[in-house]
Amino acid sequence: MPLRPDTVAKIQDYARRYPSAQSAILPALWAVQYEQGYVTDEALAEVATHLKLPPSLIEATSSFYSMFLTRPEGRHEVMICVNAPCMLRGADAIVAYAEQRLGIRDGQTTSDGAITLRSTIECLGACGGAPMMQVDHRFEENLTPDRINAIFDHLRTAPAFHEQPPAEKKPARRTPTVSGEITRSGPSGARARTRKASK
Amino acid sequence: MGLKPVLTKDFGTEGLRQLDAYERTGGYAGYKKALSEIKPDDLVELVKKSGLRGRGGAGFPTGNKWSFLPKGMYPRYLVCNADESEPGCFKDRYLIEESPHQVLEGILIAAFAIGCNTAFIYIRGEYLPQYEALESAIEEATAAGYIGKNVLKSGFDVDVILHRGAGAYICGEETALLTSLEGYRGEPRLKPPFPAVKGLYGKPTVVNNVETVANLPHIVVNGADWFASMGTPTGKGTRVWCMSGHVNRPGNYELENGTPIRELIMEHGGGVWKNRRLKAFQPGGASMMVLLPEHLDVGLDFDAIQKAGSLAGAGAMVVMDETTCMVDAARRYVKFFHHESCGKCTPCREGTFWMSNLFDRFEFGEARPGDVDLLLDMGYNIDGRSFCPLGDASTWFPRSVIKYFRDEFEQHIAEKGCPFRKETEAAVAVA
Ligand SMILES: Cc1cc2nc3c(=O)[nH]c(=O)nc-3n(C[C@H](O)[C@H](O)[C@H](O)COP(=O)(O)O)c2cc1C
Ligand code: SF4
Ligand code: FES
Repeated sequence: MPLRPDTVAKIQDYARRYPSAQSAILPALWAVQYEQGYVTDEALAEVATHLKLPPSLIEATSSFYSMFLTRPEGRHEVMICVNAPCMLRGADAIVAYAEQRLGIRDGQTTSDGAITLRSTIECLGACGGAPMMQVDHRFEENLTPDRINAIFDHLRTAPAFHEQPPAEKKPARRTPTVSGEITRSGPSGARARTRKASK
Repeated sequence: MGLKPVLTKDFGTEGLRQLDAYERTGGYAGYKKALSEIKPDDLVELVKKSGLRGRGGAGFPTGNKWSFLPKGMYPRYLVCNADESEPGCFKDRYLIEESPHQVLEGILIAAFAIGCNTAFIYIRGEYLPQYEALESAIEEATAAGYIGKNVLKSGFDVDVILHRGAGAYICGEETALLTSLEGYRGEPRLKPPFPAVKGLYGKPTVVNNVETVANLPHIVVNGADWFASMGTPTGKGTRVWCMSGHVNRPGNYELENGTPIRELIMEHGGGVWKNRRLKAFQPGGASMMVLLPEHLDVGLDFDAIQKAGSLAGAGAMVVMDETTCMVDAARRYVKFFHHESCGKCTPCREGTFWMSNLFDRFEFGEARPGDVDLLLDMGYNIDGRSFCPLGDASTWFPRSVIKYFRDEFEQHIAEKGCPFRKETEAAVAVA
């Protein structure tokens, strides 16, 4: 499936933006993943022609990075961090709960194709709100079973990230969506502020 | 000492993420002052004099780093390191979310000081909302004439390119970051040559952390003496500490350097949760050595923490209560380093793999007598023999845990499994 013209235009734009076209590989791969949901060999080859670089180079670079998917997965990706700071706040129990609730294990996808579940050892930068999970590209923090149920119910019917209209895709800045605002670390920030105010 | 909001002073102001609100709090005054009143070289001197040290982990004096750029070599680049992926760290995210313009203003000041016309921000792939916050800040600043040609008629041209990573902790290491930004696999390069001499695209380059640059507007507006009046003799200013783990109020706290660790954990963090006793804590993030309750009166300061046997690193404070299995905590970190090892050099690539396997043996009841010494032996063979600090650092926390909690390892061997885990809870096996 060839890339859409607007994706191609974006890639060509990136190639001009950087002092070297090779720097445009990661942005180009992001554009591909946004359009198609994952990055096929065919798309890699097409990126290579637009950036005027050998396909092997694109492949060598893309395979280093863990966020580019190479095959179709569930419409939504749920990642639960189990690194030490999250472990301390009960991340293992959250993984167990999510597995039981969805009936799948780490790395599997629900039979309706809605959710791919992963437990990850990569810290996602939300340790202050642990236990946490990343749902597509948003953080959900201070999880409770109720919260998890609500998130999963929503995901069962929500369109995949790459299929959402742009306005919806933009993680909310001012208008909270189901998963709340960008300042999900807000509780931590807000707390620091109240402490300050009381001084 | 104590809470000292400088960077976080205006956080919570309505609409602070937008330019007009940021300007109402005094935003971009530092940039304007720098452009109109201060010569670039004097700006470098000012930052030197302030005593600002890098907040990305190594604590290198920022002004000195800038002055290493070879004279007369152009173009030169500035890269703001927003790759924040050290387990335990979430302060750069907070600074960007709350006030993206403050970070951007810092970048613009640094670019002006070092004579850079193209600045980059490298942000980790997972931080998409934060990427978008910076993206719209750049749009607004461009429309306001802070970015572009001949900024505010000063003759200074500057462009800012926002670049998104794609999931690789090692790309936070500055040379790996540059390799990644050039479009290669994110593997570290040999130093020297240092990036200041031969960095991005082979040109002189400065890499500065998000929090480091966020300090700059304040230093320019208030002066070097004001900045140097805060903190300790070798650790000026404040730091934003990210606290996580077993405290009542985890979160970000900006404290004057030198504030005792006790105050951070017990006062601001509300103490250890569930009325439990403190067992250990770890300043600096996943890489750094564990400390004990006896170290609570150590000040939050690069040198003081180093003297106590750990490192302040990127300013994370992970708190562990008496129910924590130190072996499992170390196991998670080792797994993380194994997962994130770039594979370039053997001691780290193979060593973290074997260490991780050995830790699984402890946790799942298969460890044998002598395995603790085997673990130490692996540590010695990785530390100092790895190509970059990731490999070295993968051994620091586990070895410090063996130093203070060796009996817990022996207990895992004797009891054939984890003495802390109740039968109902299963440890998560992560590949
Ligand atoms: C494995 C590794 C990971 C690192 N990750 C980061 C990071 O995520 N963010 C950061 O600012 N510095 C990180 N650093 C430190 C950078 O190499 C570099 O020292 C820093 O960005 C310089 O900025 P500063 O002088 O302002 O601290 C890392 C270093 C190593 C060895
Ligand atoms: S120490 Fe690890 S991360 Fe660093 S170069 Fe070697 S393999 Fe890569
Ligand atoms: S350790 Fe889980 S988000 Fe940091």
